[in-house]
Amino acid sequence: MRLKSIPDTASVYLILLAVVAVCAGLTMSRGHNLFSSGNIDVILTSITVLGLVCIGQTHVILIGSLDLSVGYVMSLASVLAAGLMAGNNSAVPSALAISIGVCALVGLANGLLVGVLGLNGFITTLSTGLIISGYLTTNYPGNVGGVPSVMKDLGSASVGPIPVTTLFMLAALVAASLWLSRTRLGFHVYAVGGNAEVAKMSGIKNVVPIVFAHVISSVFAALAGLVVVARLGVGSPVVGTQGAYDLLSIAAVVLGGCALAGGRGSLWGTLGGILIFAVLDSTLSILQVNPFLKDVVRGAVLVAAVAVFSLRGDGSKFRRFTAAGDPVAPPSSPAPDRPDQPDQPDQPDQPDQIVRAAQ
Amino acid sequence: MKTSTTSTGSTGPTDSAASAAEGPTKTSATPSAAPRKSVLSRLLNTFLDPSTAVYPIMVALFVVLILLNPTLGEPDQFTRLIGRMAPIVIVTLGQYFVLVSGEFDLSQGAVIGVQVVVAGSFIGDDNSRIVPGLLLMLAIGVGVGAFNGLATAYLKIPGFMTTLGTMFMLGGMTRYLTGGAASGNPSEQFREVGRGGIDVPLLGYLPWSVLVLAGCLVVAAVLARRPVGRLLVARGDNPTAVSLAGANRGWLMARGFIASSLFATVAAIVLVGFAGTHPTVGQGYQYTAIAAAVVGGVVLGGGRGLVLSAAAGAFVLETLVAVLNASGIDTSWRATVQGLLIILALTLTAARTKLGPLLTLRRRSTS
Repeated sequence: MRLKSIPDTASVYLILLAVVAVCAGLTMSRGHNLFSSGNIDVILTSITVLGLVCIGQTHVILIGSLDLSVGYVMSLASVLAAGLMAGNNSAVPSALAISIGVCALVGLANGLLVGVLGLNGFITTLSTGLIISGYLTTNYPGNVGGVPSVMKDLGSASVGPIPVTTLFMLAALVAASLWLSRTRLGFHVYAVGGNAEVAKMSGIKNVVPIVFAHVISSVFAALAGLVVVARLGVGSPVVGTQGAYDLLSIAAVVLGGCALAGGRGSLWGTLGGILIFAVLDSTLSILQVNPFLKDVVRGAVLVAAVAVFSLRGDGSKFRRFTAAGDPVAPPSSPAPDRPDQPDQPDQPDQPDQIVRAAQ
Repeated sequence: MKTSTTSTGSTGPTDSAASAAEGPTKTSATPSAAPRKSVLSRLLNTFLDPSTAVYPIMVALFVVLILLNPTLGEPDQFTRLIGRMAPIVIVTLGQYFVLVSGEFDLSQGAVIGVQVVVAGSFIGDDNSRIVPGLLLMLAIGVGVGAFNGLATAYLKIPGFMTTLGTMFMLGGMTRYLTGGAASGNPSEQFREVGRGGIDVPLLGYLPWSVLVLAGCLVVAAVLARRPVGRLLVARGDNPTAVSLAGANRGWLMARGFIASSLFATVAAIVLVGFAGTHPTVGQGYQYTAIAAAVVGGVVLGGGRGLVLSAAAGAFVLETLVAVLNASGIDTSWRATVQGLLIILALTLTAARTKLGPLLTLRRRSTS
């Protein structure tokens, strides 16, 4: 019962703390230091790209949808930007604007299909991803473009020990978490993700936050692609899919305490999830574990962490709020009946139904 | 078992009520009670419902394909074509049982990868190890499915996350065991399932893979009509009702996921014959299978869908690629065309759900 009183985000960081402690111990026993400046740099670099993708993915998962197209959108942004720049410094701003704009249109399409037609987010974004993938394989057989010096400098610049791109990611994370927790649109994202039907009855136009979340997701995937362009120096048509950013971002967001059904979670939790993956990865590298086994560890940690979250009581049958708006404790304690609704025998089914529908 | 299915169907509150679970009871009890419908309305229903529209579309695509490439129309070439499509159809059959219960199985591709590598490394050139090897592969399939199902049911993890976890674990394990490169193929006798065939009088040549596919279709169709199949559909529609009706949640989900893994295992046995042992064999099959099921009218989120229509959806996706090949369109566009087709099928389903009450649909079960 004590465990259940710890807020979600705090428990993510408790898991992170445990992971860091175990990893630090393991690396120490082999005579290495997990916190060496070189290793910190590795961790910071590795969280930047995944972090940007995850900011968008968090929005989409909060609203009860998924975005499997992020990998292809990253690749699209990367080849578009690199192709438009073509080694020309003066073309950088327009190239960035155009590639982000095109990707925002992809997000708009996703959002309209999910929000207006009510299609399932998983299969819709999988399909738009496939559509982009056909375009990429047809038109971009290999790497494209030369990235001008301005972009390259941006990719390698750092303030003190922290790369500029990482600072940019963190700034974006702060901004996004502010608009999620302070603005009306942000509240609507949580409301629609928590219970689309209730949100609609409360007067929210569900389409707006759904489209917003999908556009944000694609824009941040594009930004992640651009960071990769700045680092690699070329645009690559496979950069997003090769890194498996679609599935990794979903894994990290859920590891960060977001409910896959939507309506629950925060960007700070997501950051914790990304850090858990990054620390694990770098530890396994230090210990010189076979890189293929990293995926085995990732998978095991993912299942274990999600099991911990759902056994704490926010599984699929979770009732989120009481009539007073207070978070409800575990499902074992019956929620008070709302006074304005008569007792119906099938009442308990309804929230579950809608949550599944939102999946 | 029967009672629970019926009661779920009748208490289903939304319009996504399990018509597949409900239909047969109704039709078998009062076949003549259904209102008579005009031919036009019947036709409209057929073409607005992906789970029936998929059959004429499939036939049309096969006709177009044969018109474009007449050699494929010869009986033995046609059976070879079907044989090549067999693995993805088999995987779709497995995915159906998970999708219809309201979950996803993302681990199918990784299961295929593991099984292919197991076949290569355990059986190797030793023909005497074929039977133990097959048993080992079946055991792995059952084990993975049981883990997915039990973790989903008892740890209350969404099936999406459980299978994502197993996908990472199995994929990493496969590449670790092989070093990420192609490794030794199993004996020719084992690969015969994918490569060989028999000469039959009427068709000329019949690949084993077609026979395997036929067997899988029969097994899946029977399974879908058994209580377990009905309960999985009912669970997709209303898990609470199924639990209250007395179904064992864990065992039910375990059987759904085991079916999925076992069909993936059969697909792996065929694929070993096609492609040999490589850790990337089977990669992405789960997505194609989900897409195929959606094209066949299976509703994501569960509760609705017919298993043979899902298989027809797989044929549609595969034939479409073959049509593109035959018509000289650059095959690199195939992902785009498949994506557009899936969105079209989804839109059709969505439109039908919204128009549904107007058309007074009552679909008969055809699985």
